[in-house]
This record gives sequence, structure tokens and C-alpha cells, in this order.
Amino acid sequence: MNQHFLDQFLFVALPYVCLFTFFLMTVYRYRMQSFSYSSLSSQFLENKHHFWAVVPFHYGILVVTAGHFIAFLIPRTILAWNSHPLRLYVLEVSALAFGFLTLVGLIGVVVRRFSNTKIRNVTTPTDWILFVMLLLQTISGISVALFHPWGSSWFASNLSPYLWSIFKLNPDITFIAAMPHLVKFHIVLAFLTIGFFPFTRLVHVLVIPNPYLWRKPQVVRWYGRRGS
Amino acid sequence: MNVRSQVSMVFHLDKCIGCHTCSVACKNIWTDRKGAEYMWFNNVETKPGTGYPTKWEDQEKYKGGWESNGNGKLDIKSTSRTKIIPNIFHNPHMPSMDDYYEPWTYDYQNLFNAPEGSDQPTAEPISMIDGEKIDVQSGPNWDDDLGGSPIYAENDPNLEGLTEEQKLQLSSVERLVFFYLPRICNHCLNPCCVASCPSGALYKRGEDGIVLIDQKKCRAWRSCVAACPYKKTYFNWFTGKSEKCLLCFPRLETGQAPACFHSCVGRIRYLGVLLYDADRIEEIAKLPDDELVEGHRSMILDPFDPEVIANAKKSGISDGVIESAQRSPVYQFVVKWKIALPPHIEYRTLPMLFYVPPMSPVQASKPEDTIHHISEDLFHDIDASRVPMKFLANLFGAGHEGVVRYALRKQKAVRWHRRAETVGDVDRATADRMLHEANCTREEAEEIYKLTSLCTFEDRFVIPPMHREQAIEMMKEPHEHRTDAGFGFVGGPQRGL
Repeated sequence: MNQHFLDQFLFVALPYVCLFTFFLMTVYRYRMQSFSYSSLSSQFLENKHHFWAVVPFHYGILVVTAGHFIAFLIPRTILAWNSHPLRLYVLEVSALAFGFLTLVGLIGVVVRRFSNTKIRNVTTPTDWILFVMLLLQTISGISVALFHPWGSSWFASNLSPYLWSIFKLNPDITFIAAMPHLVKFHIVLAFLTIGFFPFTRLVHVLVIPNPYLWRKPQVVRWYGRRGS
Repeated sequence: MNVRSQVSMVFHLDKCIGCHTCSVACKNIWTDRKGAEYMWFNNVETKPGTGYPTKWEDQEKYKGGWESNGNGKLDIKSTSRTKIIPNIFHNPHMPSMDDYYEPWTYDYQNLFNAPEGSDQPTAEPISMIDGEKIDVQSGPNWDDDLGGSPIYAENDPNLEGLTEEQKLQLSSVERLVFFYLPRICNHCLNPCCVASCPSGALYKRGEDGIVLIDQKKCRAWRSCVAACPYKKTYFNWFTGKSEKCLLCFPRLETGQAPACFHSCVGRIRYLGVLLYDADRIEEIAKLPDDELVEGHRSMILDPFDPEVIANAKKSGISDGVIESAQRSPVYQFVVKWKIALPPHIEYRTLPMLFYVPPMSPVQASKPEDTIHHISEDLFHDIDASRVPMKFLANLFGAGHEGVVRYALRKQKAVRWHRRAETVGDVDRATADRMLHEANCTREEAEEIYKLTSLCTFEDRFVIPPMHREQAIEMMKEPHEHRTDAGFGFVGGPQRGL
């Protein structure tokens, strides 16, 4: 019975609290404090190790996160792809490779920030909390991939319906209840990270510069009129 | 014809005494803040020298400015549109703090708090970034007045193309020569920083051409820092926002000259409006190197031409601005007299800050004779001056000497004309011949003389009406804002967590 309540709390209440915080606070921060939306790059202060830490981390985490999103959005296609063992192996191995890339990059980022006094000086307590969360999340993710393999399939078949049920405001945790603890930990931490997101530098993910590719090179602003 | 107005500038290098008053005035107003300590929106460099950031003119290293991509189009050298996507996490051509200098202060508290001992306590230099003790290696003007020439002056990128003999002469003790190069943002017509910004945070103001960074839209992708060939956009390491010279627009809007202009001791700075044809920007920026200076000049329109005036009015330029353009000292120097030249126009950003190249002492290479000026070629010592023509041409003529020689010959002719007028040891006929050969009339020489030597505050700074009332009209409901203190941030610029 206690287990049931705990699951209800972790997989129904907590996700809603976190998602609500995420949507409310990112919009609020964007409207009220858009100045604070910045990637807060530290490349200017240290340019030798920057490449080797930041680049693997970003490529790794972008691919891994995109993978989760795709499995969430189009679970049937993923399952169809995985119906052939070879294709399943390719998907799993490449996902794991990007997971390790993320971990290596993240460790590089943390070590770089800690060992260089200049960068440590511009690293806030929030950053350190975030680093701990991301490290735990990456390690738990890699562990899930290693100890509970074929996640691409069971994510699509079991977790995707759960996530959809959350968004359809009709939460159904029957799929979750039977999951191993490691997976549960990964899910809870994911929601916590989403809830923490608007209070961190992570917001720079939301302001990726998409219009650049099709805007005119030169930007001119006039007092009264819009456009170039 | 798409007429636009641009607040433009002339720096008369022959008058610059290198006192750094401009830099200090600017620093006190704009960059005396955490994260901005190392920034000098205005700085003064000694030439020859490597400048600030070190060797900024070496585009092999910094990859600033535009380059032709081979099929008749211009691309940003550092991160073009296709290159920014894979490089957004790590900009491959971003200068780091080591290329500028690490700002420092002194541990003054140690003077009070040091334990009693047999030595006087000292205030050691400490970094303004992490507070650690540092061994100061360089500063923003470490090469001032040729200090440390073997490291700085001899590595000036503008020495390229000079003969070994000329290079040796530049550094031999008896013939040392230098001049000053004060630098601010050029507020270019084809700004590379604006074109490179993935967020579109940088923009050019339509009414006056001032290039600004929207602090609320900047996301620290750092492209502008790498793209600007003059290295006049700076990255604030604390707030994670790029910043640059704003030509003191709040001062201009209230009819005051920018702080660096206002404080200039040598009165070398001139400010005024130029009207130009915005439709020709791309065409001009693509011209071959040797046509760039002339082409750039040809974009600037005659403010007295009725057709230009009609088109300017059609573009919404107010009568006050047109009238201001007609009185612009910049127009005189750049277009009418052709003695002010853009810096490094080969970067193709079409800078709107122009320099009058400096006269320099003639080479005193004759062992026991004094140099005589009277020869068949009255201008022989222009080419024999201690600053080699090629050096100036690399700075102000995209490597081509013609335009620089023209400017120097005219300046010299004006001097001889005035010498004939006031001192009288030069005969009138020789002076007139020089004027004629320098493509100058007596009237023009007088005008140049007056605007160079006798210029008042009002002559130097012809500030156009900025029409802020039009900006206020943008707001739909002005009465809602009537109790506001003004525009700007709600709650101040707070660094992100």
C-alpha cells in the first residue's frame, strides 16, 4: 500500500508539479528577465580545454535527448525498426556510445570548471547542483542501458504510453509500477531536472538561434517601422 | 537610390598626441563594471605596434571580416551561416582573455592588515577575475610609444610588404618613428558582427546607423567577437553578454558629442552626418581591393544635390538631418577633400570612421647635410618619410599607396600654402605649384586649414537632431508610461543563475 502511494507521488504528483513549474517559470523568466537568458559561455576565460569538454557533452546530450523524444513521439515506428535484431543492436549501441560521449564530456566540463579558478569564479551554486543532477542522470541512464538492455524497445512500448497519459491528463502508472528501481530513479530525476530547468542556465536550450538561417544578413531597426 | 543617414567620424591622426584621455573618459562612463574591466570601447594604439587585442589586424589568426567565397558572394570569414551550426558550442576563432589582457587591481588591504615585520608591506597585483595574485605580463597599451619594440612594433601586421631595409630603419634608434591610432567601433555599413549574430541581437539603427547589441537578445554565442575584424565587440565574462561601443547614443540624443570626442585634448575628432546609398552596399563591398576606397567614397551622396535631397525626404530623413549633413565636417574631409581614409577597408565591412593619415618627419639619412625640400619633385619627402608609404597604405588603402599619397600631398601643400601666407620664407609661386600638383586650390587649402587648426566645438561636432520623439511614438499607449522613470530594464540587468 505504501509502495502504491509512493508511486502515485513520484509518477503522478511530482511530474505535474515539475512540468507546471517548467512551463510557468520559463515563460515568466523570459518575459520578466530576458537578460538572464544566456549560455554564459566560459570560452573567453579558458580556450584550451573548452573544445574537448563542451563539444562532446553537447553533441552527446543532444542526440540522447532527441532519442528519448523520438521514442516518446513515434513509439510504433521505433518498435517496427527494432523488429529486426541487427537494427536493434545498431540503435542500442549508437545510443550507448552517445551516452558515454555525454558522460565523458560532462566530466570534462565539471573538471574544467573546478580546476580553473577563473571559471570557478563564474560558477554559481545552482550550476554545481545542476552538474550533480546531470552526472547522476547520465550515469543512471548508461546503467539502465547496460543492465536493462533493449531500452529503445521497452521505452517505446511501456514508457511512451505512460508519458502520453501524463500529457493527456489521465495518468496511468500501471506500466511504471513494475519497472526496476534504476529506471524509476532515472524517471524521477528526469522530472526533477525539468522542474529545476527554468532556474538554471539550461534555459539557453530554448533560445537556439533558428531564424538565423533564413534572415537577411544585416539587421536594421527603425523607430517606427518593423523589418529591415 | 535608397538614401540613409549615418553618423560618421573623422580622426585626424596628425593631431593625435596619444594622451589616452578619450579612453579614460569612455572607461569611466561605460566599462568600469564587473565583467567589463578589460574592455576598451575606445583605445589608443601606437603604430607600429601590435595593438589591442594583440595583433588584431592579423586575420590569418582571428579570421575577422568578410571574404569572397568564390562565386561572387561574400561570406563571414569566421563563422558563415553554414559554419555556425556545428560550431555553436565552441567558436573556433574566438579570442580569449589572453589575447587581450587579464585585468588586475592591487591588494591595498595588505598595506593596512599586514603583520608587523621588518619590511614595508606592499600592495601586490591581484586578478580582477578570481582575486588571485598574478604576475602582470601585459596590458591594453603595453606597447605605448614603442615600449618593447622587439615584441610589439616589429610584429605589426602592417609591416607586410615592406623591404627589410625599411623594417630595419623603422627600428633603428636614430630614425624611430611612431604615430597614434585611436580606435572605436567604426559603425560599419556592412557590419560583420551584425551579420554573424545567430540570435539577431546586433542591429544597426536605421536613423543614424549606430550599431548596437540588444542585451536582452544576446545569448552569448560569441560570433560577433570573432567576426568583427577590428575586434570592437567584447564578451562580458560575467554577464554572458557581448558589449560594444554605442557611440554614446544617449549623449548624441541630447545633443552632446560622444565622451571620447568631447574630451579629446588634441581636438582630432570630427563627427557629422553622411548620406549614403544603401542599395549599393553589397555591390561596393564586393569590389576588388584597389577599388574599395574610391567605391566606398562613391556611395556617399552629395547632400546639396536636389535629387539626393528628394530621395532622402522620400526615405523619411528629416529636414534637420539633411541640413546637418550639409554642414558635416566629415563630408568635407572624406568626399570633398579626399584626405580622410577608412581603416583596413579590405575587411569589407565599409567602416564609417575615417582617418586623416599622419604626416611624419622626413628620413634624416643624409650624413652631414640638412634636408632641403626644394627639388623638382616638391613631394619627394612624402615618399621618403620615416613612416614608409607602404605601411600607411596597408592601414588606410588596402595596400594601395595612391589614395594615401594623395591625402599626404594635399596636407603638405596646405602647410606650404600657409607657410607662404604667414611666415613668408616660401615663395608664393612654389606654394601655388604645390597646391596645383596636389589637386588643391587656395580656397580649399584655406578651408582645410581652418577646419584642421581653428576648428571650434561647433565646427567639429555637427550633431543631427535624433528625433527621439519618433521612438516614443512606437509605444502604442504613451499615457501608460507617463509615470515611468524611462526605458530600459525592469529590475536591472541580472546575470542568469
